Amino acid sequence: MGNALIVAEYKGDALKKVTRAAFTFAKEYTTKQGGEFHILVLGHNLGAVVDECMSYGAAKVHVADNESLANYLAESYAQVVAQVAKDSGAEVVGATASAMTKDLMPRVAAKLDAGMASDIIGISDEGYFDRPVWAGNAIVSAEITSPVKVVTVRGTDFEPAPKGDAGGEKVEVTVSVDLGSLKKRFEQFEEVKSDRPELTEASIIVTGGRGTKGDEGFKLVEGLADLLGAAVGATRAAVDAGWVPNDLQVGQTGKVVAPDLYVAAGVSGAIQHLAGMKGSKTIVAINKDEEAPIFQVADYGLVADLFKALPEMVEEVKKAKG
Amino acid sequence: MKILVTAKRVTDPDVKIKVKPDGSGIATEGIDYKVNPFDEIAIEEAIRIKEKNKAEVVVVSVGSKEATKEIRSGLAMGGDRGILVLTDDPLDANAVSKVLKALVEKENPDLVLMGKQAVDGDNNQTGQMLAEILDWPQACFASVVELVDDSKAKVTREVDGGFDHVELDLPAVITADLRLNEPRYASLPGIMKAKRKKIEEIELSSMGLDTSPKVVWHKFGTPAERQAGEIVADVPTLVAKLRDEAKVI
Ligand SMILES: Cc1cc2nc3c(=O)[nH]c(=O)nc-3n(C[C@H](O)[C@H](O)[C@H](O)COP(=O)(O)OP(=O)(O)OC[C@H]3O[C@@H](n4cnc5c(N)ncnc54)[C@H](O)[C@@H]3O)c2cc1C
Ligand SMILES: Nc1ncnc2c1ncn2[C@@H]1O[C@H](COP(=O)(O)O)[C@@H](O)[C@H]1O
Repeated sequence: MGNALIVAEYKGDALKKVTRAAFTFAKEYTTKQGGEFHILVLGHNLGAVVDECMSYGAAKVHVADNESLANYLAESYAQVVAQVAKDSGAEVVGATASAMTKDLMPRVAAKLDAGMASDIIGISDEGYFDRPVWAGNAIVSAEITSPVKVVTVRGTDFEPAPKGDAGGEKVEVTVSVDLGSLKKRFEQFEEVKSDRPELTEASIIVTGGRGTKGDEGFKLVEGLADLLGAAVGATRAAVDAGWVPNDLQVGQTGKVVAPDLYVAAGVSGAIQHLAGMKGSKTIVAINKDEEAPIFQVADYGLVADLFKALPEMVEEVKKAKG
Repeated sequence: MKILVTAKRVTDPDVKIKVKPDGSGIATEGIDYKVNPFDEIAIEEAIRIKEKNKAEVVVVSVGSKEATKEIRSGLAMGGDRGILVLTDDPLDANAVSKVLKALVEKENPDLVLMGKQAVDGDNNQTGQMLAEILDWPQACFASVVELVDDSKAKVTREVDGGFDHVELDLPAVITADLRLNEPRYASLPGIMKAKRKKIEEIELSSMGLDTSPKVVWHKFGTPAERQAGEIVADVPTLVAKLRDEAKVI
């Protein structure tokens, strides 16, 4: 019976909330298929993150803390993940899907000559993995036939694992990465700073599309978002126009989100955009074109000019909140 | 300099795909096929490098005979020649990466440019897997690629929270994200010229590779469809419903 090893992702000193979706996946998998749930955390000067990893009920937490892992490179990280996967008897190696793990995990899979399923949303009784294909218009049940299986898990489809009692065994990993042999060098990380919540962590998202027509319209989107304590999202059209950073793009090629409330203003509802948000609990669409496809997925549609509707909404929400 | 660039044949990304009633696959009747949009971006980037630095651009695809059309559209954009690896089997990313590795060993390119993801299977795996089995460096989700003396590439990657800047020694694998460039439309002379460009065909079965699948697709299902809700009359009604009915604010 193999184990399920999860690669944890963190920011600063704290685990990312989405990473806990993969913990839930691992618990579910090992409950169904047997084996133990393990966590691997990699990096340098890992402080509080390690302690945090210890409190999710994992049998083992593998800690790879080494100067050579100070900056993320797929080439070095994949070496360590593959090594720990072998040493820990992993049958499944997984992580919550993110820009980092989408880059990393296929490389790990190739190292292990393992089959991989991306963005899984569930596990069937046979141990197959359900995953969206064709921009989420179909769900396929994928069987991985290799002895080791690699997956990324959709953060919107597994609950974040709750904290439990600290326990389990901490295992120090001996890291032997030779940075000089990687043929790649990390140069710099250019952070896009924002005081708003992260898209994948927010319970409310207000998204602006091309209909915002630029900075002025986007200010209205941001104004409503700030009032609601929401994250700001965008369509590809809005990002391409340069109104907001690409980090905010929701959709097939951007982030997949499923907040309690998703407000889309000036968004047409293209297939690729819907792929990233149609799992939201409540969807509001504000569009001046009553034929816009976004209305077909919206719980509440408002046919209106966003330049009038958004400021009015700010006033009404203020009143409603008293 | 030689660049290998991939052109996967995929269903038209702007058509809403439906699942066959018996769940055995997707309904492809009447659906157009196109070059995977991310691959178009990769091809555009290859051609821009060729225009600047001089390079030979080889457009490759793995699939059925019909994929000749997708290679031709890459050649019409400005690719020099094509290679089509013929198979009717559905290959997983592990298998495609092994086929591409064999082509790399035959062609010895300095750079392999690919799309970050094929919009049919949405795997986002093949480029990374190819880089690993070649023991090459990778730069995935590239939004800026700049070659330095034909021996290095500086790449900006679009990731969560910002931009990651890396430098790679060539040969390397780079996968394209949407904002890398805007692919050109093929010109009429380009399309005419492409008709005479050479496309080499190789039977997969003649390559001596183990491409047995590690991922097998069983049943297809349709995701739960959302029901369209209601159109509300005005903003006060909307806000009241969000507060009292949906209870989300
Ligand atoms: C391979 C590929 C991947 C893609 N991935 C993504 C992705 O991840 N995310 C994504 O979003 N897109 C993606 N796209 C692009 C997608 O196809 C659409 O082009 C895009 O989503 C459209 O953005 P939009 O809705 O803002 O713009 P439009 O489609 O131009 O819609 C603008 C809407 O605003 C409305 N409007 C205009 N003015 C007003 C006003 N004053 N008040 C109210 N409403 C107004 C209009 O009626 C219209 O419906 C992808 C495309 C491809 C080919
Ligand atoms: N059959 C194929 N033929 C050519 N290129 C492919 C094929 N399959 C995948 N690729 C390339 O690999 C990239 C990533 O695909 P995927 O990992 O399937 O999402 C695509 O954008 C293509 O460039």
